[in-house]
Amino acid sequence: MEITLNINQEKHHIRVDVDEMLVDTLRKLGYKSVKKACDSTACGACNVWVNDKVVASCAYLTVRGHNQNITTLEGLQDQAEALAQWIVAEGAEQCGFCSPGQVMTLLALFNENPNPSMDEIKHFMAGNLCRCSGYEGQHRGIKKYLEVKKHGG
Amino acid sequence: MGVDENIKKIDGLGLMLGRPAYTADLMPDQALHVKILRSPHAHAKILSIDTSKAKAMADIKLVLTYEDLKDHTFSRAGQGFPEPSPYDKKILSSKVRYIGDAVCILAGTEEKALEAAMKSIDVKYEILEPITDFEKALDHDIIIHDEGNTSSMFPIGHDPTRNLAAQYEMEIGSVAESLKSCDVIHKGIYYTQGQAHCMLETHSAGAYYDVNNRLNIITSTQTPFHVRRIVAKAIDLPISKIRVVKPRIGGGYGGKQAIHGEIYVALVTKLTGQASTLIYSRKEVFEATYRRHPMRIEMTLGANKEGYIKAIDMNILSNTGAYGEHALTVLMVAGSKSLPLYNKVEAVGFRGDVVYTNTTPAGAFRGYGAIQGNFALESSIDELAKKLDMDPIEIRRKNMIKENETSKIFEVMGEGTEGVKMMIESCKLEACLDWVLNAMDYKNKYPKRMVSKDKVRGVGLALAMQGSGIPYIDMGAAILKLNDDGFFNLMVGATDLGTGSDTILAQMAAEVLNVAIDDLSVYASDTDLTPFDTGAYASSTTYVSGHSVRIAAENMKKNIIEKAKKVLKCDHVDFDGKHIITPDQTYDFKKFSTELLYSNHQEQLVAYGSYVGVKSPPPYMVGGCEVEVDLRTDDIKVLNYYAAVDCGTTINPNLAKIQVEGALVQGIGMTLYEEAKDMKSGKLYNNSFLSYKVPTRMDIGPIHVHFVKSYEPSGPFGAKSVGEIGIDTPPAAIANAVYNATGKRIRTLPIDLSKYVK
Repeated sequence: MEITLNINQEKHHIRVDVDEMLVDTLRKLGYKSVKKACDSTACGACNVWVNDKVVASCAYLTVRGHNQNITTLEGLQDQAEALAQWIVAEGAEQCGFCSPGQVMTLLALFNENPNPSMDEIKHFMAGNLCRCSGYEGQHRGIKKYLEVKKHGG
Repeated sequence: MGVDENIKKIDGLGLMLGRPAYTADLMPDQALHVKILRSPHAHAKILSIDTSKAKAMADIKLVLTYEDLKDHTFSRAGQGFPEPSPYDKKILSSKVRYIGDAVCILAGTEEKALEAAMKSIDVKYEILEPITDFEKALDHDIIIHDEGNTSSMFPIGHDPTRNLAAQYEMEIGSVAESLKSCDVIHKGIYYTQGQAHCMLETHSAGAYYDVNNRLNIITSTQTPFHVRRIVAKAIDLPISKIRVVKPRIGGGYGGKQAIHGEIYVALVTKLTGQASTLIYSRKEVFEATYRRHPMRIEMTLGANKEGYIKAIDMNILSNTGAYGEHALTVLMVAGSKSLPLYNKVEAVGFRGDVVYTNTTPAGAFRGYGAIQGNFALESSIDELAKKLDMDPIEIRRKNMIKENETSKIFEVMGEGTEGVKMMIESCKLEACLDWVLNAMDYKNKYPKRMVSKDKVRGVGLALAMQGSGIPYIDMGAAILKLNDDGFFNLMVGATDLGTGSDTILAQMAAEVLNVAIDDLSVYASDTDLTPFDTGAYASSTTYVSGHSVRIAAENMKKNIIEKAKKVLKCDHVDFDGKHIITPDQTYDFKKFSTELLYSNHQEQLVAYGSYVGVKSPPPYMVGGCEVEVDLRTDDIKVLNYYAAVDCGTTINPNLAKIQVEGALVQGIGMTLYEEAKDMKSGKLYNNSFLSYKVPTRMDIGPIHVHFVKSYEPSGPFGAKSVGEIGIDTPPAAIANAVYNATGKRIRTLPIDLSKYVK
């Protein structure tokens, strides 16, 4: 069926299958930051925003996105870079495959709660798996980012 | 300028910002999709396959069965040549040996059409009884490879008539004799499970013909040069007609050492002339790639009453699943990367059988063999100490290997072949032990303390060793090219899996040339454009590939100085990274390099380095932890994990730390949560992240990693490896801590106290 997706504030009029998942549509349209990894909403690598809320795009039917505002990492490059450089400074991005989904999740959290505790971060990010880093380095980076943001450094 | 600095990973920001970088991001949209019809039976003969309906479908371009392919066996293991794994796999076979074994290859323009085509294929099977219990496989009536077409390139103890993929044994001294004189003997049987890699990017490959009619393969591999060699043989193309490129890859941990999708896409593109791509589903990765070899390990240790260990014997049964990839080498590493920790024994024995079963094949996985051997050995040491009524630290201090010592095992056991004699020039186990004991407050916490009526905490630890590449087998090479404006291209065959090896190799070149990391542009893992490298496995990249980069950079420095002597007509020239310096002048290097290409004594400066290891210096570590056991629920929590590592110089301390932290979490996962469980039918019980438990950030307590000061004289800039060592200690350290807390000795992974029987 024909639908309109508003992706990163750009309108796309497209034809999709009724059973098509948003992750596949977005990747076909060239939004390659959205990763396919688990096929089961269990890893967070495909996380995007629909109307500023985090969704796993591997389980979100594209047709549901008709006339909705969809945000991918491609649309948040500046915000993402300000955060990402702190994780990169720890070496904790490693293979990087889970990173875009993590950044999308974290930025959504910061929009709701600009100064979360480490526990709140861990809870919010629990669905974002990383098999390389052991998580600790990511948490060090996120902590430093929040400290610098708070103190305006 | 380069080494021992926290340089950011050169690809880090691009990856975090989601730039297209992985195989699936780079393949053209119009490429044919490839799908594999897989066996629903663990053991069956194919009587007939009717593909006529599938072939008649409009969007289907190709359907292949075993009848269409050459009838020869090979190994997908992705190892050096000659290969130490048996040749027992065909691309497609008339017999299927596990649930997930390939039956048909399909290619088409639409994924949905492919799914319909797969459903339309009518395969008639003669279903055979499977062997799924690996302890019953040896000399079973049912023979898994009964077609008489398997072989090995050199003797590996391969005997398919006994369901034996490989076998090995050795004995130094006489274990039986030495045990007679021991005051205390410990015997124990330990079981380790199949662990799934769970790299976030599933196995992905694409292929296309370029304008020169060469077959290009883009793939998420750890071994591009082995892919080229093995695919060429499998699909009958000259090696010279194939180019393999590895873009960024989303994790490997050994799981992408072997060849999986590459053969299918190469074949489809060869036969259709069209680009093709195959992205494994998560279920396929679980069921139809690899897992860690499950093992049964029988230990016998003997000591005198003073606590000196006199004999150690390790007897292993390893389950390689349906095919024998890495069968022999994983087995041998279980001994060769654990037993030398206690080098003062009179006698040491090691033997093992690696058996076929009708389950998902086992293959390479970070710490392969070593983690299984370590669990058995380091649990046994604690059990022996208990029998001696001795502190587990004291028995280790008395018996563990030290600097300027050796072990006969280094000489006897290699990986698939004999080893090499090796004196240990760096071993800081004492310092590691001291750091961990102090950090965890062992003195006050050993063995346990009740923290409430229902909760008890215990401490435990384990030592570990690994290697740094395989001597006389693993090879790396590098080329440096000087460009105008004074920057260099560094081309390496080495394969960055996300570990940051491109970055640390650039750091080594920057150190020698005294230039900034930004003055080097790294290009890696392209079989046409970069020099040879065996690949990213066996903890070889820092040590082996690192040396090749060091040599290339030293040669480049020499070339620059020699050239400058001619250009500046002066015999006394130095190069400081920014200037060419003579007694009379300081000449700008950017200007010099630009003139070299455009106007003055024009010449392209290129230097190379090539290195093959002659030894494999082990990194060492001590891992210790405090666990809390809930006595009502048997729940185990790792409260803190302390790791002290001797990996020589840390080329990039941040990246080294992440290697250890990430490996520890994989090791903790194996110890407490993870198990690829086979049902009796051969069906994998857990084939998704919903049913297979990968540790989340909620599961992991604080991890404290410390690098002790160490310098390996044979290493590049004093470095040894760090990629694998971190995974080895959690199973034994946690099992020892659980014992100290509860008095319950668990000898089966994953640790489950509810299954404890006295």
